[in-house]
Amino acid sequence: MSELRKISRREFLQRTGIAGGGLVFAVTLTSGCQRSATTDGAASVAPNVYVNIRNDNVVEIYCHRSEMGQGIRTSLPQVIADELEADWDRIELLQAPGDEKYGDQNTDGSTSIRKHFDVLRTAGASARETLIAAAAATWSVPMAELVAREHAIHHEASGRSASYGELVAAAAEIEVPEEITFKDPADYRYIGEPMDLIDGFDMTTGAAMFGFDTALPDMLHASIERCPVVGGTVKSLDDSAALAIAGVEQVIRMPDGTSPPLFNPLGGVAVLASNSWSAQRGRAALAIEWDKGLNAEYDSETYRTQLVETSHTQGKTVLNRGDVNAAFEGATSLHEADYYAPHLSHAPMEPPAATAMMRDDGSCEVWTCTQDPQSVQDTIASLLGIEKPQVRVNVTLLGGAFGRKWKAEFSAEAAWLAKESGRPVKVSWSREDDIRHGYYHAVSAQYLKAGLDSEGNTTAWLHRSVFPSIGSTFSAEATGPGGFELGLGMIDNPFAIPNMRLESGDAKAHVRIGWLRSVCNVYHAFAVCGFADELAHLAGEDPRDYLLRLAGPPRKVNPADDGAEYSNYGQGLDTHPIDTARYAAVVEKVAAMAGWGRELPDGHGLGIAVHRSFLSTVGTVAEVRVDSAGKLHVEELWTAIDAGLVVNPDRVVSQMEGAGIFGMSLALHGEITAKEGGIVQGNYDTYPVIRMSEAPKAIHAHIMDVDAPPGGVGEPGVPPAAPAIVNAYFAATGKRIRELPLRKAGVV
Amino acid sequence: MAIEFTLNGQLLTLDVDPQMPLLWAIRDVAGLTGTKYGCGKALCGACNVHVDGQPVRSCSVPLSAVSGLAVTTIEGLSADGDHPLQRAWRELNVPQCGYCQPGQIMSAAALLERNPNPSDADIDMAMSGNICRCGTYTRIRKAIHRAAGGES
Repeated sequence: MSELRKISRREFLQRTGIAGGGLVFAVTLTSGCQRSATTDGAASVAPNVYVNIRNDNVVEIYCHRSEMGQGIRTSLPQVIADELEADWDRIELLQAPGDEKYGDQNTDGSTSIRKHFDVLRTAGASARETLIAAAAATWSVPMAELVAREHAIHHEASGRSASYGELVAAAAEIEVPEEITFKDPADYRYIGEPMDLIDGFDMTTGAAMFGFDTALPDMLHASIERCPVVGGTVKSLDDSAALAIAGVEQVIRMPDGTSPPLFNPLGGVAVLASNSWSAQRGRAALAIEWDKGLNAEYDSETYRTQLVETSHTQGKTVLNRGDVNAAFEGATSLHEADYYAPHLSHAPMEPPAATAMMRDDGSCEVWTCTQDPQSVQDTIASLLGIEKPQVRVNVTLLGGAFGRKWKAEFSAEAAWLAKESGRPVKVSWSREDDIRHGYYHAVSAQYLKAGLDSEGNTTAWLHRSVFPSIGSTFSAEATGPGGFELGLGMIDNPFAIPNMRLESGDAKAHVRIGWLRSVCNVYHAFAVCGFADELAHLAGEDPRDYLLRLAGPPRKVNPADDGAEYSNYGQGLDTHPIDTARYAAVVEKVAAMAGWGRELPDGHGLGIAVHRSFLSTVGTVAEVRVDSAGKLHVEELWTAIDAGLVVNPDRVVSQMEGAGIFGMSLALHGEITAKEGGIVQGNYDTYPVIRMSEAPKAIHAHIMDVDAPPGGVGEPGVPPAAPAIVNAYFAATGKRIRELPLRKAGVV
Repeated sequence: MAIEFTLNGQLLTLDVDPQMPLLWAIRDVAGLTGTKYGCGKALCGACNVHVDGQPVRSCSVPLSAVSGLAVTTIEGLSADGDHPLQRAWRELNVPQCGYCQPGQIMSAAALLERNPNPSDADIDMAMSGNICRCGTYTRIRKAIHRAAGGES
């Protein structure tokens, strides 16, 4: 039985977020479908922009989202092929270039499934209904008598059937049906199945093509020296030594960076050569004097003092429930704490890289590892003074991204140099470029204060969050946290505490602030989950049980009830509620998985943290061992995720495994600091990440069986990792750590 | 000065700066892009290749050092992409972004050459020079055991 809800073409257009209509289906009134014709008739038919059915019986599916390790190039076609009743081995996946006709292509915010599931289902279902209508017209039978199954349309009554390829010519002559019907989830063939990676073969044989791997005829390789300080400019340049190096062909001044930085190039000087090595040597031979500009004094130690001071003074109230001050007065005990977490760099294994060439007609074509090809179009169009449709952006695989590769500046650098040099140009960032010229995860100071009554109940909760805002990247006037940032793990606090006040404090940015996998949830979860564990011990209660007490009775929390503005990751609280029953279920499940309460060897400890982000709730339990030298080792991790419906459970599990390691990296090692305006760290020696020798012996992941619309998957596993580890360290040693990374405390 | 060496079984003569790191000679001059840049300082293992069967960080070895030697990259590890490690990697769906995996597989292949049945500790020691920012380490361990004929 099919799902009752039907969807109209108008609704589909609205859901894809495309204004104006008509683009998704590419319909014309006469032909119905977009065709590519041969002399024999239609060679293929495209009922919508995501699907093209060829007369050789292959279904082409366009992936309009970027693959950066989350597995979207596998799970996206799972959804479309399922509704289309297409055979998995008869689909061909194509990567869509940047184009508004695909709707939102920005692969960020763990949105690819949670925001596009219905669009993808509709794309598959509309193609299926088109083929049914084509068969109905061919055989002169009612559509209702036809079924789509195994890549063919069948008429049971007459025993006739036709493959999808055979129906292409007929489909090209009809209109895409106005109304479609979704499959009954009980009939799903691919959704919910652990399909193997589409790119598995290429990724294990060296055939996979990333941004670094583009090669064009006559291409120059560029390496760019940028000012160590954001906003700095070239005061003087001597490029004679660089130009004397074999292989170096040109030296080109980059356009100065802008204020605010936006996605524009950072300025500097580019050396263009016949190969990467010559470009790097030429760059090293440049003699540049810099005017370091307004951020030349930025120093992380000084800045930290300012952040902490701000967090100790009253800020701007963003949520208020009850009367926190009065409740503090009446509390049996009070507890306060300062949490601190530094800037972080994304450090994807593939640093930023892009290749560009100009066409004779003034248009520009780019190959780049971008999370958002339409941002690349916008940025390059603006920089080169051409129109957005004149910028063709081909999306390669992304060798990791974590938020870094939404930013279009490296692609814009390539476009600028292609135009200036008159040659195709590949810009490849070095690891040092990547770590020293990032869009950094914000440094933050978190102040928390709680009051407990005589029975250990938390009756009052004050939380202040202070950090430089992402808004500063887009507005020179931004002085402190934006509401959208506070909604990432602070305003959506699920605790049933009668008196709660949440405040933000201002901080000015001196580097480019960006977003890193799970964004502000990193420091908000670190503070909230760490402090909750502190309160459990203060109350003399088991931390797991105390989390359940804090969660309170089953209910749906709406921050607006306490005067807060809350956007819920751009989706409705009706479909994606802050549901404390689901939160509690995750607490109980992950604790049970880890054998919470079992006897542990000496020096071991278990810690738990549970956090909702990107509309999913993840619980993590860490088991740590502290050796005789006082060093911490993460022995094992358990995670449970409530993400509602999941498309590919194996990719969800892999994201939980990866998020555990990513969370460990920031918990144990990650720290970016500035001195005299420049970034101190430069490579994996000074900015270490977790290696196999430090990896837990196992990371267990469980997907909660919940009948709910999909939540995010790529990011929500990260936030609970660090507090689970810190809480486990406390369980093992009785010592509380409130600052990341842990190596600063000498325990790593 | 031209450097002559064998790349994936084919004799090659490259007339470039002998100090050019092997990585860039393989990628920019020979045109094989399966070997990856990750750090340029022998810190991450993304550029691992075999030189006469030994794992080598190609970013930190000048081309002159492989004169007369046999270099194998991920493209030359097996004829059809069916090395036991490559198969195990696919069976367990190890890759996430996939960028570091050629280097990981080349390190693992060198490990299995000298130790056909490694323990977890052997694997950790041999593989800790290879960074995976996506965090696929637990699956890499399992895949190496599987390729070695063990469990998982």
